[in-house]
Amino acid sequence: MSGGGSGEAGHSGPGDGGAANDGAGGGAIRGDARPGLGRGFRFQWEPAQKAHVLLYPEGMVKLNGSAGEIMKRCDGVRTVAEIVADLESTFATTGLEKDVHGFLTMALEKRWLEMRA
Amino acid sequence: MVGDAGVSADGGITVGATVGATAGPTAATSGAPADTSPPGDTVGAPSAARVGNPGPPLWLLCELTYTCPLHCVFCYNPTDFAKTEQQEELSTDDWIRVLRQGRELGAVQLGLSGGEPLTRDDLETIVGEAHTLGYYTNLITSGIGLTEERIKALKDAGLDHIQLSFQDSTREVNDFLSSTRTFELKSKVAALIKKYEYPMVLNVVLHRLNIDHVQEILEMAQSMGAEYVELANTQYYGWAWHNRERLLPSREQLRRAEETTNRFRERVGSRMRVLFVVPDYFERRPKPCMNGLGSVFLTVTPDGTALPCHAAKSLPRLTFPNVKDASVEWIWRDSPAFNHYRGDSWMKEPCRSCPEKTKDFGGCRCQAYLLTGDPDNADPVCDLSPHHHLVTEMVDKASAPDAPSPVVEHPLIFRDRKNSRALSG
Repeated sequence: MSGGGSGEAGHSGPGDGGAANDGAGGGAIRGDARPGLGRGFRFQWEPAQKAHVLLYPEGMVKLNGSAGEIMKRCDGVRTVAEIVADLESTFATTGLEKDVHGFLTMALEKRWLEMRA
Repeated sequence: MVGDAGVSADGGITVGATVGATAGPTAATSGAPADTSPPGDTVGAPSAARVGNPGPPLWLLCELTYTCPLHCVFCYNPTDFAKTEQQEELSTDDWIRVLRQGRELGAVQLGLSGGEPLTRDDLETIVGEAHTLGYYTNLITSGIGLTEERIKALKDAGLDHIQLSFQDSTREVNDFLSSTRTFELKSKVAALIKKYEYPMVLNVVLHRLNIDHVQEILEMAQSMGAEYVELANTQYYGWAWHNRERLLPSREQLRRAEETTNRFRERVGSRMRVLFVVPDYFERRPKPCMNGLGSVFLTVTPDGTALPCHAAKSLPRLTFPNVKDASVEWIWRDSPAFNHYRGDSWMKEPCRSCPEKTKDFGGCRCQAYLLTGDPDNADPVCDLSPHHHLVTEMVDKASAPDAPSPVVEHPLIFRDRKNSRALSG
């Protein structure tokens, strides 16, 4: 399972995060952190595109299957460790931690996600 | 930022370059590859007129009304907007039907603009319905009429994003360009937008009369706490087309403005992001207008006319359908007007054999029509177009040392009902 979002972001608007990081994705991802959807984003399944999408001011990112599976578990309640465990059990596999951490690091940097207290 | 046509309405929808090229339709290009299938190559086709199998209209722009408290000289609204009387505007139920049908087709981004959408007292109802249906809702506004009561109600209804337009950094120029006294009001609205935790997105339409104030405009944006600023040079459609000689900046003005913007960007870093949209008359390749007409973008005008681009009403020979008479699905997938510019069989040379046609789709049809009289020609912005000189000559004229002082010698035509009636005969 590879954890990257597909590269369909639109303009460099408020939603794409860019270089700004606010320190959120700067360090290693902690297993007890609780990722939730970033402010100003909307995340949903789109039947017409057969994909999960992230919507932000005047733009959209179409997510690949793996990214969608991770994102839909980021509800601000479940911890990173719980999300990894859930994915491994759902897809009957092991060793997903690195991929999930990789995706989360990127998503935090782009502000798609933010860590909840 | 929708665009291609690249004009910025007062509300600040930048059609064309901004909207078109960046934010809007382009943002949503996923799943919508250039459609190069020949006409008639229909997929499961209820209509022989359907070209290919169009993807969803990812962007739905609802121009809720032509009523606007501002009278901006660069508005992209049609100059004959006064022909649409307020009582002919779509009802709340009509708009909700359009939203539902659009969503069923896969529309995800919703722009609510005008005119000034806040002049509709059912805006909160429309936003609430759109939010429930699953749209990301963008309000494109001058801010006039956005009281604390209304912003709270809109937030509760699920409004996701507000784009606020300013005309200039100074009260004098702002008010002059919009022919109103609104600068202080807009500043108050900017504070409300922050208070209600919306990202602060400012849109300022640039042109000859305010482009020298870019430094001040950026500082104003910074002091308001803007996170994102779009400096959208005017694109010449609608009212801006009529005022083009007075609005087109000189090459030197544009160079200085870009330099100033770059210096500012270096200073503030990622705290505030600035998009600078070059007026496309200064380019050598056309913008991929709307990602190709009928590809991702659908506009519904106040009276219900459906258009593949906000400026498309000006295009000759096409009869645009109305949502009062037809379903959004039929309009998008099967109507002749929406299929006309799909694919490339409509193209003439030099576009037809050009390898770049899958990238820029020949540029903007409205611009080709306005400048050459034939909407099927290459967009004259392209230096491969035999009409490219029309654009360079205009820029040369604007850049000449003896270029006319715009305001004194040629009065600007402000967007109001009286001028609209005069222009539309």
